[in-house]
Amino acid sequence: MIDAVTLAVLKGRLEQIADEMDATLFRTAFNPIIAEAHDASHGLYDAETGDTLVQGKSGLPIFVGVMAFAVRATIAKAGRGTLVDGDVFIFNDPYDGGTHLSDFKLVRPYFHDGRVFCWLASVGHWHDVGGNVPGNYNPVASESYQEGVHIPPVKLVDAGRLNDDIVEILSCNSRQPTSLYGDLNGQVNALDLGAKRLGELIAEYGAETIATAFAELRAMAARLMRAHIRDLPDGTYSAEDFLDNDGIADRPLRIALDLTVTGDRLTMDFSRSAAPCAGPVNIARSTAIASCYVALKHVFRDVPANAGCLEPVDFVIPEPSILAARAPKPVGGYTETILRVIDVVFQALAHAAPDRVNGCAYGTINALSLAGHRRDGRRWVMFSFFGGGLGGNPEGDGLNHGNAPISTATIPPLEILEAAYPVMFTHWALRPDSGGPGRHRGGLGAVYELELLEEQADIFLFGERGRFAPPGVVGGRPGALNRFTYPEGSALKSPPMASKMVGLSITRGQRLRLETPGGGGYGDPRQRPAEAVRRDLRLGYLTPEAAKRDYGTDGNGS
Amino acid sequence: MSRPSVVVGVDVGGTFTDLFFCDEASGRLGTRKVTSTHGDQSIGFLDGIVAGGHPFATLAAIVHGTTVGTNALLERKGARTGLITTAGFADVLEMRRRDRRQTWGLWGEFVPVVPRDLRLEVAERTLSDGSIRTPVDPQEVKRVATVLRERGADSVAIVFINAYANAANECAALAALREVWPNQHVSASCEILPEIREFERASTTALNAYLQPVVASYLAVLDGRLKERGSEGQLLIVQSNGGVMPVDIAARLPVRTALSGPAAGVMAAAHIAGSAGFLNIITGDMGGTSFDVALIAGGRSVLAAQTTIDFGLVVRTPMIEITTIGAGGGSIAGMDRGGLLRVGPKSAGSDPGPACYGKGAEPTVTDANLVLGRINAERPIGGKLSRLDVAAARRAIDARVGTPLGLDTFAAAEAILRVANSHMAGAIRLVSIERGHDPKRFSLMPFGGAGGLHAGALIKAVGLASALLPRYPGVTSALGCVIADMRHDFVHTVNRPLDALDVEGLQRVIGEAARDGRGLLERSGVTLEGIGTYVELDMSYIGQTHTVAVSLPDDGPLTSQAIQAAFEAAYRQTFGRLLENVPMRVLTLRIAVIGRRPKLDLRRLRPEGGSVVEAQTGEREVWFEGRPWLARIFDRLSLPVGAEIVGPAILEQPDATTVVDPDLVARVDGFGNVILGRKP
Repeated sequence: MIDAVTLAVLKGRLEQIADEMDATLFRTAFNPIIAEAHDASHGLYDAETGDTLVQGKSGLPIFVGVMAFAVRATIAKAGRGTLVDGDVFIFNDPYDGGTHLSDFKLVRPYFHDGRVFCWLASVGHWHDVGGNVPGNYNPVASESYQEGVHIPPVKLVDAGRLNDDIVEILSCNSRQPTSLYGDLNGQVNALDLGAKRLGELIAEYGAETIATAFAELRAMAARLMRAHIRDLPDGTYSAEDFLDNDGIADRPLRIALDLTVTGDRLTMDFSRSAAPCAGPVNIARSTAIASCYVALKHVFRDVPANAGCLEPVDFVIPEPSILAARAPKPVGGYTETILRVIDVVFQALAHAAPDRVNGCAYGTINALSLAGHRRDGRRWVMFSFFGGGLGGNPEGDGLNHGNAPISTATIPPLEILEAAYPVMFTHWALRPDSGGPGRHRGGLGAVYELELLEEQADIFLFGERGRFAPPGVVGGRPGALNRFTYPEGSALKSPPMASKMVGLSITRGQRLRLETPGGGGYGDPRQRPAEAVRRDLRLGYLTPEAAKRDYGTDGNGS
Repeated sequence: MSRPSVVVGVDVGGTFTDLFFCDEASGRLGTRKVTSTHGDQSIGFLDGIVAGGHPFATLAAIVHGTTVGTNALLERKGARTGLITTAGFADVLEMRRRDRRQTWGLWGEFVPVVPRDLRLEVAERTLSDGSIRTPVDPQEVKRVATVLRERGADSVAIVFINAYANAANECAALAALREVWPNQHVSASCEILPEIREFERASTTALNAYLQPVVASYLAVLDGRLKERGSEGQLLIVQSNGGVMPVDIAARLPVRTALSGPAAGVMAAAHIAGSAGFLNIITGDMGGTSFDVALIAGGRSVLAAQTTIDFGLVVRTPMIEITTIGAGGGSIAGMDRGGLLRVGPKSAGSDPGPACYGKGAEPTVTDANLVLGRINAERPIGGKLSRLDVAAARRAIDARVGTPLGLDTFAAAEAILRVANSHMAGAIRLVSIERGHDPKRFSLMPFGGAGGLHAGALIKAVGLASALLPRYPGVTSALGCVIADMRHDFVHTVNRPLDALDVEGLQRVIGEAARDGRGLLERSGVTLEGIGTYVELDMSYIGQTHTVAVSLPDDGPLTSQAIQAAFEAAYRQTFGRLLENVPMRVLTLRIAVIGRRPKLDLRRLRPEGGSVVEAQTGEREVWFEGRPWLARIFDRLSLPVGAEIVGPAILEQPDATTVVDPDLVARVDGFGNVILGRKP
């Protein structure tokens, strides 16, 4: 047993280790997706099962769920060879380890008294790992080989000695080898630091106490989750939503959930979802489970972030399906699909607990990459994700320009982007009328517009919600659709696949414009106080036309 | 008449104004505490100086820790502020860095300090390399300024994209704006924070503008009144990083005072605790309205490069890391709609004040301490009241807490303290346990007038080793003002690869800043032990967006080899391994010119002679754990070095009261501090 104060101290110390690993990587990484947008995560994992023991507070939420699968894949591989102190495995296989090829996982055993005590892992989104499209969001990939280089779990560091051959293989498969080298080093540093800090903690409290704390924290999470589920009325609650298309065939793809509450257990049944698709919006089963974990954690916030969370939850995910894809089905656009999974969890839970959920968030990460060559011949790739509105909720309006539920990523400052790449932003603003109407309106999406300053660049966009807007809940209405426009001759055009685009080329002085969705509304818009509508009009969040249409008033009493 | 020789530290809190006097000629020290005056804090400020008995003409320096800026930010009571931006970017301030309030949970709005209809755009554009693509039109700036005035803006900020790389457009706009703006409340980002990252720069600049009218007018009135009364001493203001700056700079850069008062307290705490041999300290400043907690580990307070005052209100200037909760002596106790006993965050402040002040009907933490016998009704702290009204305190507690809960007065008062203590314990856990510090290795250093009433309960609740009560806990922040170093900071954006760096030019800039800083310090008239210049470069490998702070050696000529060696040492120290064949970049040059103030020898505060027997002033009934105990009462300042007082006991002094619980023991150390610990 362990007393409550020691447990609280150890919970803080262990989370601190993961947080410090996050911070080390954020500060040493080369690519802004990690350094500024924090698309990375670190944690401690069970020696035998790979289950999540402790996760940092600053890393990307979606990784919290999938890292356990990554460690499990490493354990399976390590079981076939020798494992010694100082080993570090590296891989990016998305079927075993979750997410997509850009996410490189580094996994390291932590030895105590000659045996593995637990695992430390680091995952980070690298800038470019080969494939057809710079930045790896290839909206027309039909096999994962087109999305980037595949690395199975292999030893990057063997008993403390870095295998330079592997670094060379990786480097020559990237359009951005320096960035890759910097990020890889940052991850190795983070693991070194984690091992050092864990060693200090074990020296102080003893391995047995730490192991007990792991078990207690897990039991606490399971207990809390059960209590939350028990609060929901028994029954089956259903919701469905759609992806625009898979980038290859312009057909909507259904994501459907039947959520059943029975006492203190929850069953999440995705059987009515679409079959595997040709394009890159498939996800692996591990990724689907991880996204349910993220959705539940957003609703039941006080449950500690470890494997105990999912103990009272059963999953029904048909194999194969769009939510349980197998190699080599392309998975590069996994972010869009998991956002939709989270949206259906919110919509289904809205029937069971209307006072605990919010309207859907903007629901697309809008991965935009621009690639070209500078005058001196050097290659450049700018790659970034963009924000939108969050959903209205029981407490108030949704947040304007927030980050996606799967992420805590901040957007790189436009001054950092302009300093690094030959672009000039001409617009970086809130998008009026984009918040879904409701008693509590959805938050506003954004308008980003940029101009190319070099001779020529190739443009790639991977987005969603161009055809199916983010739904509201409890009577709230959807936010605005995603919209991307580019110049063609003297006209402005949008991509035929709505928000997915390859092979577009622009020249100096031409501009791209991205208008992102707002969040879905919460509650009946007719119940919105007139004063709130008038304020939105005064501040320009709402135009008079939209106020008339959505709220039946133009603010002047008519 | 002799040269002015008195340095006075003044800390204005929500309830009391505390003063610490140090006569540098005679070595005499003194303290005073007076009631704060709301509406115009300068009245209480001057009252306090008069009460201290030093004529205004003897003041060499008045060092001020102020909460005027802090309160305006927390209560959102800054000026109506306008913002002028580059066309296309008026929403940057509201869009933040695309974040949200918390990792888990998607609720919560953000209201920027400048509303959208007061954020106007002008056509202008500077590129990231510093070249100007579109010059600014001064006439257009004047036009939008007129619109902002018409919409009621009293203060205005200018933030242009890439102004860190070339400030020409901002400077031109600033000049145009000054021609038409009817007051001095104009802030430009190139003057406030010339650093890359538009949101952080915009937020810091806008908050500066938001505070300027409030802070500048307060300081101007204060400075004027001091001079009227015959003071020739410099008025100096404590910055959030613990250094001190002249009043004219504070009026121009009020954002640097965001945590002025609390920072002074932490500076003092580090010095007092360090002198007494305590290196791991958690400070708990309990005043009338709030409880501020900070951590000092290994003798050093934690400095944060930027602070988020509230979600989306980012201030990027170095600050001492302080956590604040709304719990103080004035915190109001009452039942919520769910039938739960709540204490705070609403406070009775000093007007109407606790029920025992005779004006208000709502019970506070102070009232609970009074009815339990922990505070002496005949010797109220602060001096304005001659006695406290115990009957009024009882009535308030009975009516609002006792009757609804079915408890007698004493049990209700103890319940109020239990809830208040658990709030404060939570704040202490947040900065210690939740950040992985073991409380067993830390001591609590409570200060503010009320800290000593709760120290015993807090060390037991959190599991801290002991509590260290400074000799004058009620005036710790004021003492911090007196010992804080003078500090002038300069920032300069370099943004060059190391191999293309103009090292001579850099050395020239450093030399000029050092000279300017030294000049400012020497003209200040404040006694200094020495002046040091500290030069830091923010550097990274090219490709990284985050930097490491690289301290430059202060001896020998500056060369790019020396800079590279310093960077590699700092990088290895921070991250472990260096990168091979990757070039380096220098982003920012920071220079701090610090004038070291003489450190007070705290032994001068220690008691001389005396005895425990003589120090005892009586006995009274004090309630602990549901029953009355006969507690001995001591005049704390008369207790000799080495005295040991076994609880239950109450140690009284003019500006604070210390409670020694029945299971605790208090010991007076060689500096006159009281160390509170468990009975062996």
